[in-house]
Amino acid sequence: MSEKGIANKLLLLPSSLVIGAFVIVPCALVLLASLASISDSEGWVFALDLSNFARFFSWFYIERALFSIGLCMMVVVISLLLAYPFAYFLSGFSAKVKNIWLIYILAQLTLSEVLIAFSWQILLSRKSGLSNILVSLGLFDKPFAMTPSATGVLLGLVYLVIPFMILLLYPAFSRMDKSLVEAARTLGASPLRSFFTVVVPTTKSAIISSSVTVFVLTLGAVIVPQVLGAPKHWTLSVLIMDQAVFNSNVPFASALAVVLLLLSGGVIGTIFFLGKGKTA
Amino acid sequence: MALTIGRRKFLGVTAAAAATTLAAPAIVKAAGSKLRIGTFGGYFEESFEKFIYPAFTEKTGIEVQSFATPVPSVVVPQLKTAAQTKTAPMDVIMFSGVARAEGAKLGVYKTLDDKKIPNLSNLPERFQDRDAEGGLYGVGALSWFITLCTNTDEIPEAPTSWSALWDEQYKDQIGLLALPQNAWMLEVTATTFFGGTDILSTREGLEQVFDKLRELVPNVRLWYRDEGSFQQALQDGEIPMGQYYHDVAGLAAAEGFPVRSTMPKEGGVQDSGYWISPKYAEPIDEIHEFINFTSSPETQSLLARSVGTAPVVDLDLTDLTPEEISAVTSTIPPITPRYDVFVENKDWITETWNEMISS
Repeated sequence: MSEKGIANKLLLLPSSLVIGAFVIVPCALVLLASLASISDSEGWVFALDLSNFARFFSWFYIERALFSIGLCMMVVVISLLLAYPFAYFLSGFSAKVKNIWLIYILAQLTLSEVLIAFSWQILLSRKSGLSNILVSLGLFDKPFAMTPSATGVLLGLVYLVIPFMILLLYPAFSRMDKSLVEAARTLGASPLRSFFTVVVPTTKSAIISSSVTVFVLTLGAVIVPQVLGAPKHWTLSVLIMDQAVFNSNVPFASALAVVLLLLSGGVIGTIFFLGKGKTA
Repeated sequence: MALTIGRRKFLGVTAAAAATTLAAPAIVKAAGSKLRIGTFGGYFEESFEKFIYPAFTEKTGIEVQSFATPVPSVVVPQLKTAAQTKTAPMDVIMFSGVARAEGAKLGVYKTLDDKKIPNLSNLPERFQDRDAEGGLYGVGALSWFITLCTNTDEIPEAPTSWSALWDEQYKDQIGLLALPQNAWMLEVTATTFFGGTDILSTREGLEQVFDKLRELVPNVRLWYRDEGSFQQALQDGEIPMGQYYHDVAGLAAAEGFPVRSTMPKEGGVQDSGYWISPKYAEPIDEIHEFINFTSSPETQSLLARSVGTAPVVDLDLTDLTPEEISAVTSTIPPITPRYDVFVENKDWITETWNEMISS
C-alpha cells in the first residue's frame, strides 16, 4: 500500500471510531435489549428471549409496519415529484438567485419536527386554517377541520423532508453537463424526451440516495403522525416510543425497532438493487 | 396553556418532551446535605420551588434541593441500579400512580415509618401505599381531576353523566386522551355502566368493559396526547366535548373562553402523584419530616391555592373555601384509577386499547 493509501486510511480512523461508538454499539445494544426478558422483581434482564419478536407477529403490528413503509414511500414519491423539477430549474438560475433560494431552503432546516407539526395543525384547523381561504374563494360554504387525517400527516411529512430532498438533488443538477441536453435537443428530441432520456438517467444516483435518505428520515418521524393524524395514521415509530417511554417495556420497543430496521433495510436494499439493475 | 402542559410533562405529551426528559441528566448525586426532592418537570417543579419548599424550610430549617425527574421508565431502572450499589440518586421523588406500583414490585423503595408521619392519619387509605407485609412505601402528594368538559356555545346544557360520551348525536365530535394509563376510560366505563371498577379485576370483566368502550369509538374525533391541541379545539368549538383536566378547564373559563368542566354524577377521575423514597436514601428523619409536612391540611390547602391541585387529605380538614374547593375538586366521590389492574395487564390493555383506537 502506498503512503498516500495509508494516510487516507488513517484519516478515516476518527470517523470510523465515532461511527463505531455511536452507531454500531447502540444498534448492538438495541439488538441485545430486544432479546431481554422482563420479570416483576428484576425489571428487564438480558436473555435470549424471542417472545418480544413473537409479539410483533399479530396483524395489528404487521399492519402498522406495512402502513409505516407505505406512508414513507408515498412521502418519498411526492417529495421527489415536487423537489426534482425545483432542483432542476434552480440549477439554471444565476448564482445570486441560487444563493438566495439555497439560504431560504437551509433556513427551513432550522425548524424542528415539533414546530412543523404544530404549525400545520393550526394551518389545517377549522378556525384559522386553510379551509377559511377556500370558503372566501367560494369553494365551500363553511370552514372545516382538515386534521386529524392522512392528508394532514402526508402534508406535514412532505413539508418536513422537502428541504433535504432539494439539497440532496441540487448538487447532481449543478454538476450535470447542460450541453448533453442541448445535444439531445439539437438531434431532434422533444424537451420532455430529452428530460427523461438525458436528465433523469444522469441524476439517477442522486435520486436513489435522496429517496433513501428521505425514506429513513420519514420512518423515524414520531411527532407529525401523532399531532396531525388519528391513531390509524400512527407509525410503528410512535408505538416504539409508547412502549419505551410510557410502558417502560424497553425489550419490546427494541424488538419493534429491530423489525423496523430490518424492514427499512430491505426497502433500501431493493431501491439500490433496482437502481443498479437498470444501470446494467 | 403552558401552565399545565408543563405540570403534567411526566405524561410526555409530545415525543420532544419525552426525548428532552430522556436526555436530561436529571438524576445526579447532589452535593451537600440538602434534602434532594424530585418532582415532575415544568410547572410542578417550578411551583414547588416557589411555594412549597420555602414554606417547608421556614418551618423545619431543612434546606431543599429541587430536581425535575425524567419519565418513570427512566427513573425506575435508575433506582434499580442505584439500589444495587446501595446508593440513592434522590431522597424523595414524586411518582405517578402506575410508575410507583412498578417500582414497588422491584423493591427499590424505602419502607417508611408510620410513626414518623403523624399527619398520615389525614390521608385516606388509597393514598397510603403498602406492601404485602403492610410496610408503607408511598404517600399521596397531590391529585388532579379529569372531568367531562364541554364548549358552552356548542352544547348549551351541560351533560351530567359520562354516558354523554356514548350519545350518538356526538358522532365524530369528542376528544379523549390517547393513552390508557392517563385517560382511565376503562374505569370511567366500568363506573358508568357496570356499577364500579370491581369488574376490572378479571380478564373477562376487562373484555366486557372494552366491548362497551368500543361503542364510543365512532364518536371520537381526536385521541389527544397533547393537552394544548385538545384545549384549543375545545375552546374553538371544533371539538365540543371530551375528557379534560378540571383545573385547566376552570382557568380557561375564568379567562372568558366558552368552556365548562362538569363533574359527572359518577364522579370525576382522580389521578394522583405519590411520594416515594429510594431504598438507600440516607436522611431518614428529613424524608419523613417532608412527607409529614406535605400531608398536613395546611400544606394541602397551600398546594390547592398555589399549584391548583386537589387535596389528598379529607376536605373537612382544610381551610379551603367552597369556591376554592370547586376550583380543584368536588364533593362527589371520585373514580379512582385502578393502577393495580393496569400494571397487572399492561401489555394486554395497551394492545387492546391501541387496536380499539386504530379501528
